[in-house]
Amino acid sequence: MNQIKYETVIGLEVHSELSTKTKAFCSCTTEFGGEVNTHCCPVCTGMPGTLPVLNKKVVEYAIKMGLATNCAITKSGKQDRKNYFYPDLPKAYQISQFDLPLCTQGHVIIHTPEGKKRIGITRIHIEEDAGKLLHDVLPEKSLVDYNRCGVPLIEIVSEPDLRSADEAKLFLEELKSILECLEVSDCKMQEGSLRCDVNVSVRPVGQVEFNTRTEMKNINSFSAACRAIEYEAQRQIRIREEGGTVVQQTLRWNDEKGESVTMRSKEEAHDYRYFPEPDLVPIVVSDEQIKAIRNTIPELPSAKRERYMSDYGLGEYEAGLICLSKDMSRFFEGCAALGANPKSVSNWLLGDISRMLNEKNLQAGDIHIKPEDMAAFLKLIESGVISNTAGKKVMEEMFETGKTPQVIVKEQGLEQVSDTSVLDGIVKEVIAANPKSVEDYKRGKTNALGYLVGQAMRASKGKANPQMLGGMIQEILSGM
Amino acid sequence: MELYQLSAHEAAGLLKKKAVSSQELTDALISRIEHVDATVESFLTTTFEDAVATARAVDKKIAAKEDISPLAGVPMAIKDNICTKGVRTTCASKMLENFVPVYDAFVTKRLKEADVPILGKLNMDEFAMGSSTETSYFKKTKNPYDAGKVPGGSSGGSAAAVSANLAFYTLGSDTGGSIRQPASFCGVVGLKPTYGLVSRFGLVAFASSLDQIGPLAKDVTDAAMVLSMIAGHDAMDSTSVQLPAQDYVSGLGADIKGLKIGIPSDYMGEGTAPEVKTAILDAVKVYEGLGASVEYFAMSASKYALPAYYIISSAEASSNLARYDGVKYGYRSEHYGNLLEMYQNTRSEGFGEEVKRRIMVGTYALSSGYYDAYYKKAQQVRTIIRRDFEAAFGKYSVILTPTSPTTAFRFGTHMSNPLQMYLADICTVSVNIAGVPAVSLPCGFDSDGMPIGMQLIGQSFDEATLLRTAYAFEQSTLFAQARPSI
Repeated sequence: MNQIKYETVIGLEVHSELSTKTKAFCSCTTEFGGEVNTHCCPVCTGMPGTLPVLNKKVVEYAIKMGLATNCAITKSGKQDRKNYFYPDLPKAYQISQFDLPLCTQGHVIIHTPEGKKRIGITRIHIEEDAGKLLHDVLPEKSLVDYNRCGVPLIEIVSEPDLRSADEAKLFLEELKSILECLEVSDCKMQEGSLRCDVNVSVRPVGQVEFNTRTEMKNINSFSAACRAIEYEAQRQIRIREEGGTVVQQTLRWNDEKGESVTMRSKEEAHDYRYFPEPDLVPIVVSDEQIKAIRNTIPELPSAKRERYMSDYGLGEYEAGLICLSKDMSRFFEGCAALGANPKSVSNWLLGDISRMLNEKNLQAGDIHIKPEDMAAFLKLIESGVISNTAGKKVMEEMFETGKTPQVIVKEQGLEQVSDTSVLDGIVKEVIAANPKSVEDYKRGKTNALGYLVGQAMRASKGKANPQMLGGMIQEILSGM
Repeated sequence: MELYQLSAHEAAGLLKKKAVSSQELTDALISRIEHVDATVESFLTTTFEDAVATARAVDKKIAAKEDISPLAGVPMAIKDNICTKGVRTTCASKMLENFVPVYDAFVTKRLKEADVPILGKLNMDEFAMGSSTETSYFKKTKNPYDAGKVPGGSSGGSAAAVSANLAFYTLGSDTGGSIRQPASFCGVVGLKPTYGLVSRFGLVAFASSLDQIGPLAKDVTDAAMVLSMIAGHDAMDSTSVQLPAQDYVSGLGADIKGLKIGIPSDYMGEGTAPEVKTAILDAVKVYEGLGASVEYFAMSASKYALPAYYIISSAEASSNLARYDGVKYGYRSEHYGNLLEMYQNTRSEGFGEEVKRRIMVGTYALSSGYYDAYYKKAQQVRTIIRRDFEAAFGKYSVILTPTSPTTAFRFGTHMSNPLQMYLADICTVSVNIAGVPAVSLPCGFDSDGMPIGMQLIGQSFDEATLLRTAYAFEQSTLFAQARPSI
């Protein structure tokens, strides 16, 4: 019965708070986490008679993102009012951009398992954030915190070029890494500075035209975006297979329950009555300004990825992962500059360090290990002063305490023992204590050697040099 | 002669000569207000204590021979849609009956910096929507020339207060004629500056792309003095222009020989009262006598100005007034069961009929499916009208028209027919649409003794020529000296 193969078509609208010092239209701070209603003023709370004045940095940051995603920049733009009533929107309109967004027709490249894929950027426009409703403070009443009100945002709208939840995640990660690299947004999803809405439709593979789509709001993490996309695609497929019709509507994603609920149908859609904001003058951008902004763009993650592959010999996957995070790549390059083996740095970074970051719910920016300590650490392993096994312990301690590896090795007595006279005693003891394994080895069971080396390592409390142990045991056994 | 009968510049002159103190001037006006405003009903709020305190401070400065600003110590009053820190600013609406701003408007700041005693806040049409001040939630201001007639609007309180000698001058706001038309009805001078010359910060918005603050004064010199004080760039208003400060007074006396004045024939059509027409034609003769040349010309797009004005101003108003939702400040209905009901009941109960009418018109004009036919079309008309003015100013330095097709009408005349009321703005709205400056000044009386005003329109940011032209007329006639007998 189920013969039709479907593909999912996804378009994303990503909202990113810009990391300007002050709000979009007044001089209030944009800092997160202030006491309720302390980062606001008559302007951002829309008091009668007050007027907005555009923060020039907002335009600069948005253009920077536009240039980094290969967009065309609108040289003569304007801002518009988007009218709707809600208590977190004190003017009852949001200053946004309607028909002349600052940036248009760009793209980014994502790296899928099938290779590179170009994802179109329809537009990037600037707008202001709303306040926040607090429902849990008073019974039966809602309160409003206007601290976030007027914080500048850019909305990045993608073309419907994404075909799976995984691709959507790669795209979001790529955008995030570019935003971080440009230092135009701090991309803290837990503080709401990066949010996205997803548009999903499904169609039989091979069909050219798009089917009816739905929009899902309230998505607070990349993984929630993936879950929401997968859920919604399955829901639409089920409707189609049951002979039903997918209805155009806006849904609210409930990540805890793993399901979406209808927010409003097409008929209930808002009429935002956009019109040009008369309190603001047109946004005019000159070629010189664009050039000046272009000059401030650092090496982007995509270029960095290529460089890591060619200069440091990293694989595409490793290079891609490190370049996704600005802090991680900064750390990586710091270590490489000190002569540390890039591949070893990459292994530790993507292995133990990433594991510890995940376990403790930290970001790469929270790595307190100094590159020089990392380089020294790798030297200790390469020169055989500590074993790989001991290295893991040292790394954990470095991560936790920020102590230098030399100090940790000394404090915990983790130096690798390579002194043959010491090792000789251990080897002889182990051979004497395990006659059965010796017999096995002689009968050709070579893995018995591994067992004996393991026993010797245990006897040395993990400090013995395993290569040396192996060589010595083998020598004795072959002489027996 | 009583002190309250002085013009602002006369009062300032006597202050500087120490012939009078600021406290005496202020006391004279307070006493005049206490006696007369029960009849005129121009004030919504009085701030006499603050005014006296400022007056005393100015007197001290004068005694200490400190430099004072040209209008220091000369008391005035402000339309109640201009924010005054700590003093309620109501826009004559139930919605803002108890709204006390925590900030001053740019112009209020300028007044305070100049040590000007502020007597209080003046009545107006609710949210400046109206041409008679009858839409005020609080009271009906009377025309000082005839208590049975309206003072015009929306700055009716500002015009009546100057006319009745309750303030040496006042500030009003003009979106489609709201300074000039009441000035004309009450026989005073009213100036709408070029859009962008005076900061709108702290002026409660009606229609952002049209609103401008300006003076209502007893004569052209006073208007020029006030403009010199309030004009100038403000970083808090993006639409405020960066121009160096200018003294609009010193050039007033220069002659106007050879000045080219144009009269658009379209502004003197059918609806114009014969007595108004006669007064304008007499004014033409005065100008010709002063060596100016006067020529008639056509401004055909002006017939579209009124509909375009009502669409643009209502569209912007529908958005500007959306913030009065009962959430943070202002009136909130006591009857609601949920958020939507709170919005609906608050706005139904808090706004008057005319405000609601404009919000509905504006909301309709911006709605999807109607935007192109209304708002967009109106903006196209706006571009055409601007070009018409540019073309006219290629030939003429100043354009002369009646300020209003009629003199002040009786209360209730147009309240049941809003379209008739809108026609009162027919001569003034084009000016706001084009953003150019215009002044209304007295040029005659009708057979009932009601003042007639003429409007002079100037080029953008050429208030100097405009005021010089007005001053020349004022000096050649006696109309500016006429005052109601109240």
